[in-house]
Amino acid sequence: MKKTSDLDSPAAVELDEPVPTANPVAGIDQTRGDFKYDVAYEFDAGTGLNERTVDYISSVKKEAAWIRDFRHHALKVFRAKPMPTHWATRDLENIDFDKIRYYLAQGQKPKRTWEEVPDDIKKTFERLGIPEQERKYLAGVEAQFDSEAAYSNVKDIVAKQGVIFMNSTEALREHPDIFRKWFGKVIPTSDNKFSALNSAVFSGGSFIYVPKGVKVAQPLQAYFRINAENFGQFERTLIIADEGAEVTYMEGCTAPKFSTSTLHSAVVELVALKGAKIQYITVQNWANNVFNLVTKRGLAHEEAEIKWIDCNIGSRLTMKYPGVVLKGRKARGEVISIALANDGQHQDTGAKMIHAADETSSNVVSKSISVGQGRATYRGQIHIPRRLKGCKNNTECDALLINTNSRTDTYPAITVRGDRNYVQHEASVSKVNEEMIFYMQQRGLTEGQAMSLAVNGFINDLARQFPMEYSVELKRLIDLEMEGSVG
Amino acid sequence: MSASTLPSSRSATAGAFTAEAFQAHLASLPAGLPAWWIERKRAAYERFASAPMPVRTDEAWRFSNLSGLTLDGFAPPPSVTATPQASIGIRKSARLVFANGRLFSREILDPHLEARGVIVDTLQQALLRHPELVREHLLAQPSRLGSAKFSALHEAFLVDGAFIHVPRGVEVELPIGIFTYASGTGAAVFPHTLIVAGENSRVTVVDYFGSTNEQEVQLAVGANDLYASHGAQLTYVGKQDWSHQALSFQSNSTVVRRDARVQSLNLHLGARQARHESLSQLQAPGAFSEMLALTVAHDDQEFDQRTLQIHQAPNTKSDLLYKNALLERSRTIFSGLIIVDPDAQKTDAYQSNRNLMLSDDAEANSLPGLEIQANDVRCTHGATTSRIDPEQEFYLQSRGIDKSAADELLTFGFFEDVLNRLSSDELHVALRNLIQTKFKR
Repeated sequence: MKKTSDLDSPAAVELDEPVPTANPVAGIDQTRGDFKYDVAYEFDAGTGLNERTVDYISSVKKEAAWIRDFRHHALKVFRAKPMPTHWATRDLENIDFDKIRYYLAQGQKPKRTWEEVPDDIKKTFERLGIPEQERKYLAGVEAQFDSEAAYSNVKDIVAKQGVIFMNSTEALREHPDIFRKWFGKVIPTSDNKFSALNSAVFSGGSFIYVPKGVKVAQPLQAYFRINAENFGQFERTLIIADEGAEVTYMEGCTAPKFSTSTLHSAVVELVALKGAKIQYITVQNWANNVFNLVTKRGLAHEEAEIKWIDCNIGSRLTMKYPGVVLKGRKARGEVISIALANDGQHQDTGAKMIHAADETSSNVVSKSISVGQGRATYRGQIHIPRRLKGCKNNTECDALLINTNSRTDTYPAITVRGDRNYVQHEASVSKVNEEMIFYMQQRGLTEGQAMSLAVNGFINDLARQFPMEYSVELKRLIDLEMEGSVG
Repeated sequence: MSASTLPSSRSATAGAFTAEAFQAHLASLPAGLPAWWIERKRAAYERFASAPMPVRTDEAWRFSNLSGLTLDGFAPPPSVTATPQASIGIRKSARLVFANGRLFSREILDPHLEARGVIVDTLQQALLRHPELVREHLLAQPSRLGSAKFSALHEAFLVDGAFIHVPRGVEVELPIGIFTYASGTGAAVFPHTLIVAGENSRVTVVDYFGSTNEQEVQLAVGANDLYASHGAQLTYVGKQDWSHQALSFQSNSTVVRRDARVQSLNLHLGARQARHESLSQLQAPGAFSEMLALTVAHDDQEFDQRTLQIHQAPNTKSDLLYKNALLERSRTIFSGLIIVDPDAQKTDAYQSNRNLMLSDDAEANSLPGLEIQANDVRCTHGATTSRIDPEQEFYLQSRGIDKSAADELLTFGFFEDVLNRLSSDELHVALRNLIQTKFKR
């Protein structure tokens, strides 16, 4: 364990610095995220994972004993659990846990103004357009660079309402009374191998508390950036919306394209207390050498509503199945999912709805597009246990295959007990309608333009649920991906 | 699907089917069977004995009740001198009756059948007289749905079964009936039906499985091979009505060649726990496989159905509809997969599972899957689980039909759209009666 930076030259690499674009949203266009600056890391836990790595992270963060114990226990669970390759892709076996760097940070305390953020990190986020967006329409922003947040700020008006928005280290230190109660409760350490890994080495992420009745008008945003090669990012997010509260959270992410693979394994827990509403929007656009293995789950109490809006465009392999445990009567859960898999990518996404109270309802709508040799997979689980009544689930998955060698899979699992519930699942796989393309070509569009229009039409009803800036950008990206995909 | 690697520490479980029991079985077979067949049985026994029992993490056994899978306490049953003369109310062109694994009676009812070259005989006879045909088709398809161990057990201990061959261009008007009975507590039976439908032939086969007593603990490990040559039309109806204490494994395999059509309908009524695997391979353009199933699950029964539709050639079609009605504390599992190979463009595949919940204690599991590697396809699947539609119930009640009668009508209506797919009215009525009998007992 060393606290040096001899591996990285402190000088920034010469880059053809393009002018930061006027693009309001960073990170949707893959090319926009593909750059890196050399950064001098003050804290480095070295390569590989063992007890000392965990101790190093815990010491650097000056954590309470219970958190250190939590991490050590998690490490044991992680080691004991096998890779889930009996159902998941064998590509997981290509992750070499001994070659990953588990903790890299330049400082421990996030800055409250962009001026204070070190230049080499600041220019990364400026290039991604984060400060600009913050001024425009966000209530709060956290920007994580490798293991730690470099910047974190929430607008005064929101802070005055009692909203807490900080990273995991700060939150567990300053507000254990609020966060400890739910930390690791929605997603237990032993949920799966990667949630255990995250629990052992987590760093960064957002902890949010919205007090009773507070409705946060503008979205809170977190931006995750991987800069270093062979790095693993393990952020931990916990959002608690107290009774009647409402909040929208957006996250974006990018990484430069390295020749070696990078691991991102987050745990995101949401707790919506009685009547609360949480909307969680993700636009995932990791470089396509990133293993993105994320566990996301929400707990919805009585009459609460949790909605995951999930868009996966980047990464080499994404495995992510946002879930909602519908714990209180009339709770509602929803997953809206868009996945785009291009050459060399496998988007293995889906949803999990666990009904645990009467009259709960859930809705899953998933649309995937496979381009070139891309592979999109939907995996779902719907569970309605004994003695419940009036539960409803609706699941729709549609897959679009663009090229002859594109691939798609659907693997839902539905369990229903009792005769007082209603569940329906539908899935379809198709290609773009030739007549539609012909019609558009006949009106003067090229085949590529027609294809883009058709694909945009396919996801249009879902794209509209994204914030405007995202959906506009999504359309632009699809145009880009469709270029050269036909003929 | 990628097979999971099995740690060697898993102990193989043979239950009552020890190496000694296998030797005794070989010794009991008549002399003169082809050497290749005996060799295959030996190899099958080795596969069976070395394969582990399914464990919780096997994806192919997800949701299955594994504690109920025991192979202990069974033995090859003695031959019997009488069987119930089950009548299922249809006219037949021929009838084979098997009891405890051996032929009990064989009747050719249509005098022209043999003159036209149709063979309705036992597997043992076919092994002697038509070894090439048997060798080409008997258990020749891969076991891909999880029961490789039980398929190997079937092959190792198979005594006798039915063999049907319809030559090129021959159309058999009336169905051929096969009746298979298990008798006595602890009886283990291994029924097999092999059907080879020659080019442009047409035939319907009704396969009935039952026990002489409702309460005897029995084991049935059955399989069938359906082969439809170019342009053939094969209809297969299986009715599983084993004893209420039986453990049943059945692996069905269908191969459909160019422009051929196979329709199979399996009716599941009996057994304590029944696993049914059905594989359809569409091997040439124009092939069509229609896979239908009806299940009435009551008491503590578990019906575990696994299906695989593989489209291996362009312009093929498959259509699957599995309907389950669940009463009392019963459980059902439907796990279906459609695989479209990379070159199988213009595939039209459909898969649907409908579960009708008639009890608050029943449990329905549905895993409708797709694996598509060609883009010019039309593949859809659907699964629903619900109770009787209250609006339909209300409509009937408003016409003066009381609630219980309305529910019964709607439940039979639930099955009717599967039965309607059968082209034979006689068969349709016979199956409807059989379902209603189970419903009312």
